[in-house]
Amino acid sequence: MVENAPVLIPVIYMAACMLISLTRLRYRWLAYPMALAATVLASATALGILYHVTRHGSFNYYFGGWVPPIGIEYVIDPLSAFVLTVINIVAGLVLYHSLNVNRLELGRKVVPYYAVAMLLMLGLNGIVLTGDFFNLFVFLEISSLASYGLIAVGERGSAFAAFRYLILGTVGASFYLLGLGFLHLNTGSLNMADLAAIIPNLEFGKDPAIVIALVMMTVGICIKMAIFPLHGWLPDAYTLAPSTSSALIAPIGTKVASYILIRTLFFVYGVDLVTEGIPVTTILGWLSAIGIIYGSILAIAQSELKRMLAYSSIAQIGYIGLGISMANPLGFIGAVLHVLNHAFMKACLFLVAANLRTQVGHSDISRFDDSYRVKMPWTMAAFTTAAISMVGLPPLAGFFSKWYLALATIENSQWVFLAVILISSLLNAVYFFRVIEKVYMKSPSGVADDAGAGNDPAQFGSGEPTSSMVIPVLVFAAALLLIGIFNALIVTTLIQPMMPPGM
Amino acid sequence: MNDLTYVSHIPLFVVLVSMAAVPLILASSRKPNLRETWTLLAAGTKFLLVFSLLPGALEGRSAVLHLLEISPGVDLALKADPFGVFFALISSSLWIFTSFYSIGYVRGNNEHKQTRYFASFAMCLSATMGIAFSANLLTFIIFYEILTISTYPLVIHKETPESISGGRQYLLYTLTAGLFLIAAAAWTYQLTGTMDFKPGGLFAGTSFPGSTMTVLFFLFLAGVGVKAAIMPLHSWLPVAMVAPTPVSALLHAVAVVKSGVFGVIRVVGFVFGPEVMAAYGLNIILASFAGTTIIVASLIAFRQDNLKRRLAYSTIGHLSYIVLGAALLSPSGFTGGMLHIATHATMKITLFFCAGAIYVNLHRENISQLNGIGKIMPWTMGAFAIGSLGLAGVPPVNGFVSKWFLALGALEADHLVVLGIFVLSGLLNAGYFFPIVHRAFFREGEHLEGHGEASALMVVPLVITAALSVLIGMRPDLFFHFYELASLVARSLTGGLL
Repeated sequence: MVENAPVLIPVIYMAACMLISLTRLRYRWLAYPMALAATVLASATALGILYHVTRHGSFNYYFGGWVPPIGIEYVIDPLSAFVLTVINIVAGLVLYHSLNVNRLELGRKVVPYYAVAMLLMLGLNGIVLTGDFFNLFVFLEISSLASYGLIAVGERGSAFAAFRYLILGTVGASFYLLGLGFLHLNTGSLNMADLAAIIPNLEFGKDPAIVIALVMMTVGICIKMAIFPLHGWLPDAYTLAPSTSSALIAPIGTKVASYILIRTLFFVYGVDLVTEGIPVTTILGWLSAIGIIYGSILAIAQSELKRMLAYSSIAQIGYIGLGISMANPLGFIGAVLHVLNHAFMKACLFLVAANLRTQVGHSDISRFDDSYRVKMPWTMAAFTTAAISMVGLPPLAGFFSKWYLALATIENSQWVFLAVILISSLLNAVYFFRVIEKVYMKSPSGVADDAGAGNDPAQFGSGEPTSSMVIPVLVFAAALLLIGIFNALIVTTLIQPMMPPGM
Repeated sequence: MNDLTYVSHIPLFVVLVSMAAVPLILASSRKPNLRETWTLLAAGTKFLLVFSLLPGALEGRSAVLHLLEISPGVDLALKADPFGVFFALISSSLWIFTSFYSIGYVRGNNEHKQTRYFASFAMCLSATMGIAFSANLLTFIIFYEILTISTYPLVIHKETPESISGGRQYLLYTLTAGLFLIAAAAWTYQLTGTMDFKPGGLFAGTSFPGSTMTVLFFLFLAGVGVKAAIMPLHSWLPVAMVAPTPVSALLHAVAVVKSGVFGVIRVVGFVFGPEVMAAYGLNIILASFAGTTIIVASLIAFRQDNLKRRLAYSTIGHLSYIVLGAALLSPSGFTGGMLHIATHATMKITLFFCAGAIYVNLHRENISQLNGIGKIMPWTMGAFAIGSLGLAGVPPVNGFVSKWFLALGALEADHLVVLGIFVLSGLLNAGYFFPIVHRAFFREGEHLEGHGEASALMVVPLVITAALSVLIGMRPDLFFHFYELASLVARSLTGGLL
């Protein structure tokens, strides 16, 4: 049963995608429950897989019974099972939240929207599951195309943002594909496990193509991941996309790209090679560090909540990059834990932005005031929790990824990176407390609120949005506290078993 | 003798009892009397729980509880060692008085958002107890940061532009400090593989390059020094005085700032240890900072006309007494420093209570307006006089006792300069406090007709704390066995030399 579970997830999403498209003919209202059911099923499957892997170790699924390197295989190891669980659960909660906000923002486009969202999930899950680099490329393209679509249906300017993302994303994918070509020419294989066995035996002096392949693949992945300075597509895309798309793509999309990076660097090329053979991690570390500071400073400069969160994402991706670049166990733990933490934090924050947009019609920080807290106490409590976690204060989740990263930088005697991590906490505090201060203390000016351009107060609700929009936000916030307190459990049972060989 | 430990849930309950009161307080926001009942109930329970730990602590035994693994190899662990019990006793007992006083203050002043006020207060006390009972650096950091965050709503309570900017400054200083502390703890962990506080220091018996230890010490100092208001990291404290007076009283004279000096002693005695401190010359660094702070803060205090700001600068000076005591690394120095945590707490809280009573009653904040108020508020100003005498080090008020041991410590360590600092500072204290008393009792005031004492809810607590100051001054071992505890801890830190 479990042996077949991996393939079940893509099948669920593919079926959901097609069935949702069909609902357009008659039962349009079915789109939402079907999408939700698909993510719930997928999450349950992922949890089952995670449980199985934790108990019994990794396993493979061979398509059509063809054994690699001839056939394609799905590989379920602790790392992929973990990422799989995180992305499906986050997607499930975000989609549960999406009903009202989508109806408001998308109108009659809701049905195709859910169909495309299913495609996105299909692609992302495929990336995590597959053990084959070319298969990964295919899924990468599926998820990318889906995310262009999900972004392009947003507010004015989103089509342009999506186009920009498309161009850059395609460049990234091309880099990746080119690298893959070099790899295949030199090794004759695209299976990850196979490559991991072949590559250490190659002489780099004789096969510079391997180095070129690594560099190209890394650059391609870093574009998808939005590592500084390859982040140009991200701010507009996240800001202008519909609320649900932001909440779906921001927490999950870049995390899956980080997964590809971890997989490629540590599991295929190997720890020794990427740290000593070719200084990929060194470069990645410095770029990540610059990205952390750059993203945080630009986040301070933003006055629109979603745009602020978008820049903050660039900084947070930097944490993951930094953790990877340390190439030691603690850095790895920090990076993987931050994949989880950041997915939950960002999902929570983007959903808060969505709640604001449904209830007051905007998420412009300069117009926030006291009345928001009175109207939406729960949403704002969740925001505060997630914000404090982003700043990295214990006992919330964000502190602990920071803690492991700090330990990792000290272990490598990388004092600059330690300083970067700590300074960025402070910068996070600046831009989040600015919002909290407004929401809890600024008295409403009275005039600006109702006279706000283009906002018809009657169109928007007055208090908290419906429970389906509040519950996911609260679940994320509560999860942040639980992850924080029980992080050691997560680290020892889930993350330590996934440690790459040689680390 | 200090290896004696026993498993007990009491430290956890001590931490949780006021945290559990928070939702109750929030839920009864429409019924002020019920809401205040929760606060008082939590305060009373907390104190009794801490008190029940005292007999064990006096025997040198520590109640230990490992809650869960919070980071691989590091537990979230509570350990009520004698020093922790000492600090918890002071904070929890004074919280009871502050709670009564708070009720009188916020009602007399018709403060807004009282629910948030009481809820944050309860949270702060939980964090303080957590700091007192932290068994290792990571647990300490967790509660330290919780304290930072839960104090913030109290600092900005008035929500005026002034208090908001004060709050920003408070956060800037304390959050930065937290980051230094995190870096220091992480580094310590990498160097030694442990973060458990140990009497005599977890670095004892190790040897690292001097530069490493010095940098690490500066990181720690920046981490705990902000809350301890060691100059030049002090400037948040006078600004934070925009908070309501009970907040200044308990948090900025007892819980928050004392968490800072508590942290300093933890770092000096339990992380580095006296031997390592002396070996790398770290005590000299600490002593120079503390000595300078004492003198400079006292001098600045002279110039303050705002009563609370003068008290704030006086607090800065007295906090460094404690730090200086610890920096002496001698048994009497530690004893005196620790005793001063207790004695300064009772005296300074009395003075803040007085300032608050004057403010609620007469809406006066400046010292130049206090002429003649001793005649209409004899109890309040009488208590103020006792507190002032104590801070100047006049017997029989308890300030004399701690200062006596601090002076002894200076002699033991053979640092006559330090002795000079203590003497000079005593004179300066007299210089900036006695004129206030003089104004209140011996000058003719204006516009005082029709005013009497503040409400009993405010006056009774401040009279009690003043009386406590005198009683503890005459019998340091009364009720709480402060002296016995302090000397016990001092012996454990200095390896039983006495």
